Amino acid sequence: MINLTAVYVLWLRETKRFLRSKSRVVGSLAMPLMFLLFLGLGFRGMAVPGVSGGTGYLDFLLPGILGMSVIFTSMIAGISVLWDREFGFLKEIMVAPVDRTSIILGRIAGGCTTAIIQAASIMVIAAFTGFHLGGVLSIIYESAFIIAIAVAFIGLGLIFASQMSDIQGFNLIINLVIFPLFFLSGALFPISNLPGWLRVFSYLDPLTYGIDGLRGVMTNSSMMAAGADMLVLIAFAAVIVVTGAYLFEKSNVV
Amino acid sequence: MRAINVSGLTKRFGRVTAVNRISFYVEEGEVFGLLGPNGAGKTTTINMLATLINPTSGHAEVAGAVIGRDNYKVRKRIGIVFQDPTLDNKLTGRENLHLHAMLYGLKRGIIKERIRKVLKLIELEGKADMLVGNYSGGMKRRLEIARGLMHKPRVLFLDEPTLGLDAQTRRRIWEYIKSLKQEGMLSVILTTHYMEEADYLADRVAIIDNGKIVAIDTPANLKKSLGGDIIQLYIRGSEKSYRGLIHKINDRIKVKKTDLRLARTQRGEDELLITVEGGNDKVPLIISMAEREGIRVVSLDIHTPSLEDVFLHFTGRNIREDGADGYERNREFIKRMRR
Repeated sequence: MINLTAVYVLWLRETKRFLRSKSRVVGSLAMPLMFLLFLGLGFRGMAVPGVSGGTGYLDFLLPGILGMSVIFTSMIAGISVLWDREFGFLKEIMVAPVDRTSIILGRIAGGCTTAIIQAASIMVIAAFTGFHLGGVLSIIYESAFIIAIAVAFIGLGLIFASQMSDIQGFNLIINLVIFPLFFLSGALFPISNLPGWLRVFSYLDPLTYGIDGLRGVMTNSSMMAAGADMLVLIAFAAVIVVTGAYLFEKSNVV
Repeated sequence: MRAINVSGLTKRFGRVTAVNRISFYVEEGEVFGLLGPNGAGKTTTINMLATLINPTSGHAEVAGAVIGRDNYKVRKRIGIVFQDPTLDNKLTGRENLHLHAMLYGLKRGIIKERIRKVLKLIELEGKADMLVGNYSGGMKRRLEIARGLMHKPRVLFLDEPTLGLDAQTRRRIWEYIKSLKQEGMLSVILTTHYMEEADYLADRVAIIDNGKIVAIDTPANLKKSLGGDIIQLYIRGSEKSYRGLIHKINDRIKVKKTDLRLARTQRGEDELLITVEGGNDKVPLIISMAEREGIRVVSLDIHTPSLEDVFLHFTGRNIREDGADGYERNREFIKRMRR
């Protein structure tokens, strides 16, 4: 049975912690905005093969940058279980009369919230640079994709957190997992430009479908229909979260 | 009904047996102390009883629920203060308490009142809205005790509640624990390696060493069980002369082998402990015997047994000698002497 109070209070905790940490709020926006600014302006007007004629590179890039901010935030939200273990707080949660599923749902809800806050901030800033935000319906679709990406990668973070015994390997994960997933996803260029053997990995990357879906909703230029992207993404997310939850349950608290 | 009932509880980590078939019970309203050196298995025992790790074998009932079978019920009925802080440093004291109350399913209406009450008990009302990251070690520990009490548990676990705190703060925490006891049916199980703490707080004490319980009783009975006084001699001489002295004491004063103990202290002094009735009268004789063996008595002390002596009696070593180093050294020394 899911304990909604526990989910709520754990969500509240994550959200409070995020909003209180000014450096996290600023830091998490700085990198995506720099990518957006320098790549967007640097490649402006250049014809990128595979990007259809009507779409400028900046328009092509923005969904990719949104995906980037979401994957970083949500992986870190998943891995932050390690910090809770390091600082002892995990024991307080694990000894409470709350089932593990609710604990994981609380963390996912918190991670999704921070991901949405960040994506919204990026969109608002992008709007100032002349990006057309679109109507309410497209914002709802975009949010749905952002949440689906966030859920998948919070789950992936949980998988890593339950396999690591301390926070030493954290940077390794960032460099050897998050960056490759980001580059493979087609966030910066159409994956049709990649050689075939590398493209195989792109198709195995959930973020590929997340970004393609966002692109479909935001610019009408995607490889697959947005609905199909969403289905694949949800399938990925479900498998990853269930695996993450299982491993989290198995991992040692003390 | 008993608050805790443990029988044959065992935990093995690979080849190491951390807790070895221990059995004990805790009465309702009782403060029960688990006393032992670091690595004796105290925390492992607590973690099993608090459902954080599964026992390898054995049976335990906590607050009327069986661990491993009714973990949810156990969790709902216990409060626990771990050895290391388990607070969220990025939240305020009040928020930490609030989070706890919600996790334990307290009704919204009573949470505020309950928080006010426990904050008052630990005298942290003024600091409740500060981030816990800015609390001192003592304040954190007090907050954790308050948190452990929020949901009115039937059993409160305190794992080394005063470890690393200064003497003054320790006193205060002791007073809180004492005051809990007066509140009624709450049972407390506390682990410690401070003798004074167990002596002062616990109704009954279990001495645990190498994963085994070697003695259980009230502190007074444990001390009484040693009988008489403890004569503590710091001596200098050869191993041969020590053997001679021990032989003579055995012979002339009729002291049992187990009541005679030779040890080397951490400072490298040789120490002879003799447990004997009417210690004051025996001292002159012992000193003259020592001198005849060519042993110099550097200093001496006579006292009635403390829990420290009880511990030494049951485990053959001093609780203060943390780690294997002092222990090994002592054992080596004693082994040589027995030849």
